[in-house]
This record gives sequence, structure tokens and C-alpha cells, in this order.
Amino acid sequence: MVYVQVLVNGLVLGGLYCAIAVGFSLVWGVLNVINILHGSLIILGSYAAFFAYQYLNIDPFLFVPAAAALLFCLGYLTQLVFINPVMASPVLITLTLTFGLNLLLYNLMILAFKADFRKVILSPPLGSINLGGVIVPIDRLISMAFALALVGLLYALLRGSRIGRAIIAVRMDREAAQLMGVKVARIYAITFGLGAAMAGAAGSLFSVMFPISPETGNALLGKAFVICVLGGLGSVPGVMVGGLTLGTIESYSALFFGPEYSVTISFTLLILLLMFRPTGIMGRRGFQ
Amino acid sequence: MTRLLLVGTALLLLVLPTIADNYVLRVATTMLMYSALALGWNFIGGFAGYPSFATAAFFGLGAYASGVLQTKGFPMMAAWILAGAIAALFAAALGRAILHLRGHYFAIASLVVAEVLREVTNSATSLTGGGMGLNLPVLSADVTTQARLFYYATFVVAATALASAALVARNRLGFGLRCIQQNEDAAIVLGINTRRYKVAAFTLSAVFPSLCGAIYASWVNYIDPTDVYDVLLSVKPIVMVLLGGVGTVLGAVYGAFLFLLMEELVWRNLLQFHAGLLGIIVVCLVLFLPHGLRGVGWAFWRRRMGEAAP
Repeated sequence: MVYVQVLVNGLVLGGLYCAIAVGFSLVWGVLNVINILHGSLIILGSYAAFFAYQYLNIDPFLFVPAAAALLFCLGYLTQLVFINPVMASPVLITLTLTFGLNLLLYNLMILAFKADFRKVILSPPLGSINLGGVIVPIDRLISMAFALALVGLLYALLRGSRIGRAIIAVRMDREAAQLMGVKVARIYAITFGLGAAMAGAAGSLFSVMFPISPETGNALLGKAFVICVLGGLGSVPGVMVGGLTLGTIESYSALFFGPEYSVTISFTLLILLLMFRPTGIMGRRGFQ
Repeated sequence: MTRLLLVGTALLLLVLPTIADNYVLRVATTMLMYSALALGWNFIGGFAGYPSFATAAFFGLGAYASGVLQTKGFPMMAAWILAGAIAALFAAALGRAILHLRGHYFAIASLVVAEVLREVTNSATSLTGGGMGLNLPVLSADVTTQARLFYYATFVVAATALASAALVARNRLGFGLRCIQQNEDAAIVLGINTRRYKVAAFTLSAVFPSLCGAIYASWVNYIDPTDVYDVLLSVKPIVMVLLGGVGTVLGAVYGAFLFLLMEELVWRNLLQFHAGLLGIIVVCLVLFLPHGLRGVGWAFWRRRMGEAAP
């Protein structure tokens, strides 16, 4: 029974992981930029949700669209002002740039929010449900449902909307898309904004499940890396596979080896995967 | 001109301990250490163009290898050299595993190495003291002698790094690495054994940071995993090389010097905003000075020369 419980825990966690990684994967896949800011953007969303709940008494689940909108604007501007000018540069340059931006954002968050851990404590608490011996906290269940819904929404947006098709066109062939009249710089900014919006939304959900501090961002960034490599870069289904796999692996490794080894295990897994199967489980080209 | 400047600087650095006080000596030791880190990164990141974020991993590995060896009774210098050798072997093995990755994948793999080593160090409590950190044997010499000892040790490491970089830049290895940086597939077609070249560069990029880490551990007497595997140790050398100009030999040294100057003049007055200011510097550097300060100097100089003698 304990194995079923651990599996359920892992899948619930994995659902949230999908939302955490999908924006990162989108930006990486379309812009070919590793967004080191991603972890901090998630935490920024978490803080927004935390303060909204504390001072305005807005439920974190209802705050998700607001966090997404807020972070979209921030991401859009960041791409437009800072990253677009160096899009043609080698990997090292864009990586170093987002690293620098992250140092700045991290330091500002430390100054503004302090390094203490905080958590949204829902009152009244939502409790938990018992499904034939498997216990699932309701707040986590709702978070997972929201997270998966967000990922689905992004998928639908990419497949169905004009903007989404333009994003995929840019991903497939930047020059051809440009010749077809797609404004590439604007699509880059929108893509980065969408990545940040997903981060903000995931952050709101995260604040209900875990305590947050500006330091947490790095761990989340690491998880986003692992999920992208695990599932394979460049597709929403890949992120789903990666997120759910990582959640399950972390749960079981916590059971077998102890929770203190979960980071080591996931990173060792990452290096092994990079060595033997860098394309990931679902890897192929083209973001869909 | 450059040669004269180099000899002059070397002489000044050699006699510095007899004329400077311990604060200046400490800053100078840090500067030499930064130079060695930047020169080390330049082998893989500058010459070969592989965005390595593994400097912190090598620094920490060197610090811990030397620290553990010393607590087991090895003499200090022997522990330093062994630590360098251990890191070189580690890098050669790791390089074989991850150097077939390119671009972002390589960057991430190299970034993760420090995290894994940190966790391993944290978990191996009986050997490394885990999160409690590791105390190193205290030397019995007085403070000034110690300061001089660590200064000269760092000087030797930095000078060796500079000499190796100059040597590599001139021989086959440097040529091959530049080919890899420009177009790796073309380099393969030309018959360059890219894997062997990249592993050589990666190993060189591990030796000097690990020696720095080993000396640093003895210098500060106490190390802990968050300190010596700090990701900033991977980023600072990159910033220094970007400051000085990527892929040049002396650029790394200039960059290290300028970086330390900024650190000493600006940051120590802004302790609350230390990381943020580094971030701003990185952003401005990347956006406005992609070829480093040398690029600015050269362009300016060339324009003036061009006007003077058309």
C-alpha cells in the first residue's frame, strides 16, 4: 500500500513539476536561450500570491491568472530590452546574460522579501481525502489539477492560435518565418513572456504546497533542467513525461534512500541521461 | 612593449611581499587566484568555445581533496599537488563523458557537476565533515610568513597558468582548439582529433582552479561545501574573461585585475547589494562590451592611429 501512496504522491508532485518546467522548456526550445531567471520568476509569482493572500485575502488558486499576467509583462519587457539585442550571440553570452539578470532579481527579492521562509497557510485548511487507503491532501490535488490544466492550455494555445503557430514557425525556421511576415523579435518577446507567465502561475500554485524563499529559485531551476532533459526538449508532451517521471522518481528515492539524497539522485540521473540519451525520453525536434 | 610590461609586473609581484603590508598582500593573493581561475576557464571556454560552468566544481574538489589529505596527515604542499592531480584525473574522466555535448547541454552538464559534488561532500560526513565543514591543520608560522607563503604559492600557480596558456596558444593544441571553436565539424573533417583536444583543454581548465582551491583551503583554514562549491566561482572567471576579451592569453589576466578592482572599490561598500551589482555589471558587459574592455581600447586606438597615419 505504501508503494501506491508514494506513487500518488509522486504523480501529484509531478503535476506541479510539469507547470514549473513547461515555460523553461518553451523558452529553451523556441529561443535557444537557457533562462537562468526561470527559478526566480517562479518564486516571484509565489511571493505575489503570498502577499495577495495575506493582505488582500485573494485565494492563491484564483490569483493564478493575475500572477501569470503580471509575469507575462515582466518577461515580455525583459526579452525586449535585454535579451533581444544579443539573440544572435553564442550560447555563452545569452546564458551569462540571464545569469546576470537572475543575480539582480535574486538580490532585489532578498532585499524586498528577506530570506525567511514563508508559506501560504489556507484558512480554513482544505483537509485531505482518503481514496481506499491512499491519502491525498486536497490543496495539493487542486494544485496538480490547475498545473495540468495550465500545461494543457499552453499546448492548446501553441497548436490552435495564430500566435502559437507563429511561435512554432519561428522555432522551426526563423528566416522562413520572417519571410512569411512574422515579426520575429515580437514573437521572441511573446514567447519569453509566456514562459514567464507559466512560471508565475506555477509559482502561485507552488506557494500553497511548499514554503518559499528567494533561495528556493535555484532548486526549482535545477528541477526544470532535469525535467527538460528527462522528457526531451521541444515539446509539451515531453515536459509532461519529464515532470511526472521526476516527481515519481523523487518520491521513490525519498522512500528508499531518504529525502536528503533526492537532489543527488536526480542530478546523477541528469548526467547519465546527457551521456547516453541527450534527446530524452520523448525527444525530437520542433516545439509542439 | 607587452614583454617589458610583463617582466616589470612579474618583478613587482615578486618583491611585493617585502614592500607591502598584509592587506595589500591579501588582495594581491586574491588577484593572482582570480587570474589563475580565469586563465583556467579560458582553456575550455575561450580557446575551445565550450561554455563550461565547472570551475566551482574543480575549485571545491581541489579544496576538499587537499583538506581531507591534510587531515589524514599528508604534508601541505604534497596535498596541494595531489589535489591538483586528482582534479585533473576527474576532469579527464568527466570530459570523456560530457564533452560530446554541445552548447546548452554541455553548459548544464558542467553546471550540475558542482551540485553533485556538493551533495556528495555533504553526505560523506565521516570524511569531509559534511555541512559542518572541515577544519584544516593550522600552520605554526607567524601571520606574515603565512601570508607570504600563500602569496608565493598562488603566484606560482598563476604564473604556470599564464605560461601554459601562452604555450598552448602557440602550438598545435591551441590551433586545434581554435578550429573547434570556429567550426567543430570542419575541424573533424580536417583530421583534428577533437575529442582528445577537448579533453586536454578541459583537464587544463581543471588543474589550475583545483590548485587554487587547495591553496585557498589552507589559506582560510576552514572550508564548507556551500563556500567552495559556490556557483559564483564558476561565473566570476567567465565575467573576468569577458571583461578582458575571450580567447586571448593576457585578456584573462587583465579581466581578473579589473574585476578585483571593482570588487575592492565598489562592492565592499555595498554588502547588501553585492550579488545584484555583480548582476548589473554582467548585464552591462554583455550588452555593451561583448568583446571586453580590450575591444574598446583597440577600436579607439585603431581609430586614432588611422586618423594620424592614413
